[in-house]
Amino acid sequence: MGKNVLIIEDEPNIIEAISFILSRDGWDVATHSNGHDAVDVVRSKQPDLLILDVMLPGKSGYDILTELRAEQGTADLPVLMLTARGQNKDRELATRLGASRFMTKPFSNAEVLEALRELVSN
Amino acid sequence: MGSLNTLVAVCATYVALLFLVAFLAERAAIRGRARWLRSPLVYTLSLSIYCTGWTFYGAVGFAARSGLEFLTIYIGPTLVMMGWWWGLRKLVRIGRTQRITSVADLVSSRYGKSPLLAVFVTLIAVAGTTPYIALQLQSVVLSFSSFSCEAPSGGTLAIDRNATALWVAAGLAVFTILFGTRNLDANERHHGVVMAIAVEAVVKLVALLAVGIFVVWGLGGGIGQTLARIDASDIGQWQVANGRWAALIMLSAAAFLTLPRMFQVLVVENEDESHLRTAAWAFPTYLMLMSLFVLPIAAVGLDVMPQDANPDQFVLTLPLSQGREGLAVLSFIGGFSSATSMVIVASLALATMVSNHIVMPIWLRLAAGGAMISGDVRHVVLLSRRLSIAGVLGLGYLYFYISGGGVALASIGLVSFAGVAQVLPALMGGVFWRGANRLGAVAGLSVGFVIWAYTMFLPSFGPGAILPLSVFEQGPWGLSWLHPQALFGITGLDPVVHSVLWSISANTAVFVVVSLLTFPNPMERLQGAQFVNVFQHTGNPQGWSGGIAQSEDLMVMAQRILGPREAQMLFRRAAAAQGISGYLPDPTPEFLQLLEREMSGSVGAATAHAMVSQIMGRATVSVEDLLAVADETAQMMEHQIQLEAKSAELTRTARQLRGANEKLTQLSVQKDAFLSQISHELRTPMTSIRAFSEILRDGDGLPPEQLRKYANIIHQEAIRLTRLLDDLLDLSVLENGQVSLNVQVGSIASLMEHAVASTGVEGKGLRIHRHGLERDLMVETDLDRLSQVFINLVANAHKYCDAPEPLLTIRLVERDNHLVVDFTDNGSGVPRDKQELIFEKFARVSDQKAGGAGLGLAICREIMARLGGAITYLPGQGGASFRVTLPMRMRQAAE
Repeated sequence: MGKNVLIIEDEPNIIEAISFILSRDGWDVATHSNGHDAVDVVRSKQPDLLILDVMLPGKSGYDILTELRAEQGTADLPVLMLTARGQNKDRELATRLGASRFMTKPFSNAEVLEALRELVSN
Repeated sequence: MGSLNTLVAVCATYVALLFLVAFLAERAAIRGRARWLRSPLVYTLSLSIYCTGWTFYGAVGFAARSGLEFLTIYIGPTLVMMGWWWGLRKLVRIGRTQRITSVADLVSSRYGKSPLLAVFVTLIAVAGTTPYIALQLQSVVLSFSSFSCEAPSGGTLAIDRNATALWVAAGLAVFTILFGTRNLDANERHHGVVMAIAVEAVVKLVALLAVGIFVVWGLGGGIGQTLARIDASDIGQWQVANGRWAALIMLSAAAFLTLPRMFQVLVVENEDESHLRTAAWAFPTYLMLMSLFVLPIAAVGLDVMPQDANPDQFVLTLPLSQGREGLAVLSFIGGFSSATSMVIVASLALATMVSNHIVMPIWLRLAAGGAMISGDVRHVVLLSRRLSIAGVLGLGYLYFYISGGGVALASIGLVSFAGVAQVLPALMGGVFWRGANRLGAVAGLSVGFVIWAYTMFLPSFGPGAILPLSVFEQGPWGLSWLHPQALFGITGLDPVVHSVLWSISANTAVFVVVSLLTFPNPMERLQGAQFVNVFQHTGNPQGWSGGIAQSEDLMVMAQRILGPREAQMLFRRAAAAQGISGYLPDPTPEFLQLLEREMSGSVGAATAHAMVSQIMGRATVSVEDLLAVADETAQMMEHQIQLEAKSAELTRTARQLRGANEKLTQLSVQKDAFLSQISHELRTPMTSIRAFSEILRDGDGLPPEQLRKYANIIHQEAIRLTRLLDDLLDLSVLENGQVSLNVQVGSIASLMEHAVASTGVEGKGLRIHRHGLERDLMVETDLDRLSQVFINLVANAHKYCDAPEPLLTIRLVERDNHLVVDFTDNGSGVPRDKQELIFEKFARVSDQKAGGAGLGLAICREIMARLGGAITYLPGQGGASFRVTLPMRMRQAAE
């Protein structure tokens, strides 16, 4: 049985692309597309892995990550951050807040899959 | 000829002529072609409302009864105009710098903007002027009845005195309302009314001179014989009762300054201080001409007319008795002019006082929310003035009705004079004596007013009318020392001298003593210094210590009082003077003072002050302000003015620098954000394109519909990317000024319809109200570019308006050859700190409300700049509001 992955992202086309790639690879995929209640959704779905966009309506990915890391149940949840802002300071900020992995859009499908596999095997 | 109907027709024609004059003058003033309206001659002629129906008819009666004494009424004003024009200049200067609207406003303003004093002076003025208005009604009615008695064909027509008075009062109310309250001018000048009065001044002078010439040469048999007749009659006796003469001269001089109508023409309607120089000799000349033939007419009248003829009507009845009906009609028109011009100005001046100091404060207090409720209140101000005018004339009519018009004309005039003269001590003290204070003024006025009412006003109705007969015989409750015409047992004085002597001297004494014994509050000290030293203090009074007032709240308030357009212009000018762009100047003390003064033109100083304080939260005077008042040797003053100018300049420079610095910091942050943004905007579509193209490349065995769907996504995202690049290029071209414009003429209405239609949002979640599009205006500009701006603004309202029922109001006006289009929605608007940023590239009010790339308003701004216009954010409109202005015809740059 495949592992659960939750995608939090607001661009419908990107959700569609990632969902397709991951489900073809055998993952159970759930999606959510705004920042307001993202933390609640993570808490209730308890995914094995989280893909988190930075620019989200309602609350930024960084804030969501900070809240998740502060909570007992999600402090160690593997999080892959995706962002369309490719500057170094963004990467540094993500690492400091506790992102497990940081990738810049556009990404290669194969790299995403590889990164996810690594994250769950650790 | 001579019938009453003819007379009514003549009156109606004359009034119609006055309407026409007033109307033309107003129109000329609006078109700015009114230089001749502002000549010293018109000013001087307008002062002639001093000569009322009383002067026209009554002076002859006065002369017939008391000889040369009638001259005192002219000597008083002559002395003031010739000997005291520097004092008048001071009054006029104060009136102008403080935007004084009436004598009540001046007194209240001087004594710390006290609403109580304003109300008090207003009441005194109403009480003092009402008999005077009644007097004018009476003179018109009397002249009507003279005609109906004397004219052979009209003799049978008995006229109803009360009905005539009522008609005249109603007609005058209509005229005054029409020309006195056409608009709420901040400076309260009424060109139409002034012009009509000037015309009436000429008419009455010509009429009186004509009658005089007829009497001297037609009846009296030349100058020599007429003089002989005067010598023969009693009136030629040089009977100078010293006390009475002095009292009357003083009284008329005082009344000349304090009568509401005189103050209106002398100070409020004054256009230029230098006009006083001309008036100083021209007005006494006018008075001299008016009085030239008074004695001959009186002497010949007493000779020729029957014993029981009323000498007050000689001007009219003399020509009538000689069958000179044409001349009589001219004389009638002269008297009519004198009466109407006085009533018009008096009721206008009184209505301004009543409305500003009584009606508006009450209304503003009753209308919940005070200064901050939205909506225009100018119509309320106008309505209250109109009602006040009707009310004042109604009171005058009532007085006429009650008193039955039985008293001789001149004596009513003196009652009025003495009443308003009570304001003189407070007025003079306020202008010349720093020590005068509010409590002193209130106390003095009260004492003077009570004595006047008791010894002069109430007795004027006749014994037994209001005061019981016994009071006149033994004094009230049998206390003879309280006898209304012999206070403290001092008998043998003329009633007028008695009343004036007691009321004015008690008034002055109480005023001075109370002022010396009590302390003025800080606001009074400030205003006192402003008034007394008006020629030194050309700078602003430092009434406001700068606080954190909300400029936007002030704007909302100012729009209600001054009207949106005037308020916006005022704010914009003030902001520009501070070196700030847009509509919201910092609430500096100078700006608040300016705003308060502008508003006081509409609602009076006390109310304007109260409204601004309500928003400012406090009305304190700082220690520095008080020190500034205290240290006032000439040297210190000059030094201080220089320092103030320097400090103001430094403040301005500092503010500009701070502004520039703030903007640079923001720009640098934005520049940083720009790269990040552009990266985000480009990478997002590219992400989908790359992911799906990899899926298509590697995906064998995908079903055809899925293949097509993914290819479609790639296609859409490619288009989105292209559009973004187009926008960026567009903006870059616009910014570099390389754009070529395609200027054509087109209808703004159809352009707007196309723009709205092409957004496709109307009805789909957004209602649109249009104003001002009915008139099909043609503009000459780049129509496609303009349409682009409109589309953007409509689409933005659809995207960002957060009201439950979004409504966009598009309001279009043409102004000064410019098209002004306001797009106002009913959402929560743009926060104050973001209002300047929204026109920058990629600036969004917040991340949450994403929707476009954030280039729309930046492009709009560049387009409008290329079209020679502008787009600005308009604060204080209830929702987000954008104003697009552009010239109706675009000036083509030479290329």
